[in-house]
Amino acid sequence: MRTMQTRLLSTAAAMVVASSAVAQDAMTLDQKVNETFASLTGPFVNLIFAPFPGTAFPWIVMWLVVAATIFTLYFGFVQFRFFGHSIALVKGDYSDPDDAGEVSHFQALATALSGTVGLGNIAGVAVAVGIGGPGATFWMILAGLLGMASKFTECTLGVKYRNEYPDGTVSGGPMYYISKGFSELGLPGGKFLAVLFSVFCILGALGGGNMFQANQAHAQISGIVGDYPGWITGIVFAAVVFLVIVGGVKSIARVTEKVVPFMGILYVGAALVIILVNYDKIGWAFGQIFAGAFTGLGVAGGMVGALIQGFKRAAFSNEAGVGSAAIAHSAVRTKEPITEGFVSLLEPLIDTVVICTMTALVITISGQLVSDPATGKYLLDGGHIATVDGNTGVALTSAAFGSAIGWFPYVLAVAVILFAFSTMISWSYYGLKAWTYLFGEGKTTELVFKLIFCAFVVIGAAASLGPVIDFSDAAIFAMAVVNIFALYFLMKIVRKELASYSERLASGEIRKFSH
Amino acid sequence: MTTKLVVGLDGLSSGERALDYACSLARLIGDCELVVVYIIEWSPYSFQTPEENAERHKRREEEISTAKKRVVEPAVEGLAKAGLTARGVVRHGNVADTLNAISQELGADQIVVARSRESSLSRRIFGSSTANLVMEATIPVTVVG
Repeated sequence: MRTMQTRLLSTAAAMVVASSAVAQDAMTLDQKVNETFASLTGPFVNLIFAPFPGTAFPWIVMWLVVAATIFTLYFGFVQFRFFGHSIALVKGDYSDPDDAGEVSHFQALATALSGTVGLGNIAGVAVAVGIGGPGATFWMILAGLLGMASKFTECTLGVKYRNEYPDGTVSGGPMYYISKGFSELGLPGGKFLAVLFSVFCILGALGGGNMFQANQAHAQISGIVGDYPGWITGIVFAAVVFLVIVGGVKSIARVTEKVVPFMGILYVGAALVIILVNYDKIGWAFGQIFAGAFTGLGVAGGMVGALIQGFKRAAFSNEAGVGSAAIAHSAVRTKEPITEGFVSLLEPLIDTVVICTMTALVITISGQLVSDPATGKYLLDGGHIATVDGNTGVALTSAAFGSAIGWFPYVLAVAVILFAFSTMISWSYYGLKAWTYLFGEGKTTELVFKLIFCAFVVIGAAASLGPVIDFSDAAIFAMAVVNIFALYFLMKIVRKELASYSERLASGEIRKFSH
Repeated sequence: MTTKLVVGLDGLSSGERALDYACSLARLIGDCELVVVYIIEWSPYSFQTPEENAERHKRREEEISTAKKRVVEPAVEGLAKAGLTARGVVRHGNVADTLNAISQELGADQIVVARSRESSLSRRIFGSSTANLVMEATIPVTVVG
């Protein structure tokens, strides 16, 4: 059975590699890749984004927001009540000095953030604002604040039910808490849901965690050096990813992990400079955000259009409820799983409420979106708002920053490439964990996944934005379907932990270590 | 009352010099306990990949056992052979801060370290561990040249 499985896997990988090799020979190939890809993924995308009958509102967006709202209420606004405590945990106030040298709360948060802060914040927001108008920002912020509770729930469970192996390594994530948690509660179907989650997680890793990143990195590079075929970028990226995940060249990953946070700070810094220089427009920009949130300001789909875009991009950017962060956070060393839940709730705040909002403000202030001076409403160009140079996605963000700081698009290009790369490395790990959950741990099975992952980098860079972004969203949201469904059953476990922890915190049993 | 001396080792010849000096100091004092400390440089605020995080616990155990085997245990054995009371401690952290914290925890009377041998570039930027210890320590520090 095992050998057959391995053989099947190797054949599948060989086919993927071969098909991308064949694709490289034909020169009209970006087009071909694009068409095949769109037709293959179409049905899956349509299912995930199916609207409620008679409306244009995709059920999946409602699914995420309703879940985030339920978790927020169920845990009594945990994201606000324990906000100060979260900061204290990250600072290490509650870390036992005897655990020095283990993964700290700060490190777990930073690692998870480098998986989420990336193109979603730069390109994704541009897509949201480009389609839904500035009003999408309001809904994005709201979804970010609510999403903090979803993140809290899943990351607490991620640590509580992780696997600790005899050699000292750990594996955690929704597949583990779903199967273990369900059997602990005596519920059937845990194993099935865990397998289903793993399948979607692999697709999400290949989609949002890989193809979308490669695609937008290519868009950014070709925006600067001129248009050239996407597969070239794809091959180069795939080669570097290959060196890191297959070749074990850790130095590249290490350098990226160190540079990415500084790029993040630089990005927010530049956005702040642009916003402050245009301080006279801040009030106006927020006016646009609030007015647009409820009226749509002429955007396609009106208020609902803005809301859908805002919610969608927030979920795609901070991944709250998706389950990916639970994999990243589960490596922390703590006696109290819930402490990692508190720490993880800062993630949507930093990612969405701070960084995404910065991008949205810069795009709005820069005046890249074309509006009708007579009515104040935005002019539409196809399905999205007309922009000064017809830019969409990451090119729109780049143009917005470039209109204020001429040389910034070059810095942004480097940032985008690094963000894309670090997100790919993170997601290759998430995907691998799901893959090994399904097929067992072992050198050959791991290698097969890693090769498939590299092949998808090339496909992602060659395809056009539309189908890639649709598939990426669909795959990541499919993870959320399974994860949130399971969280509804498991949330009472988290509530018990929360009650016991708050009691001990209040009684002084849990207290700060003096450092 | 037993006098407690904390000796900071770095696994290099400079650490040996500190150990030799502490040894002769202990003989002069008489009723004296030596605590041999090795700090593995580590920061809880560094950035790591998910894979590094997953393997961190394993790596930490390996780092501690290597440090014990190569540096601390031979030193403690040597001191015991010389007829002195000694024990070893290995911990992760910032060298200066952690050495001081351990000394405080143990109620040590003095810290003995040797001049550190960090490269001139990193010393220019961050200052040497020894210099930082001298500036921050809450108990007397002896620096062996």
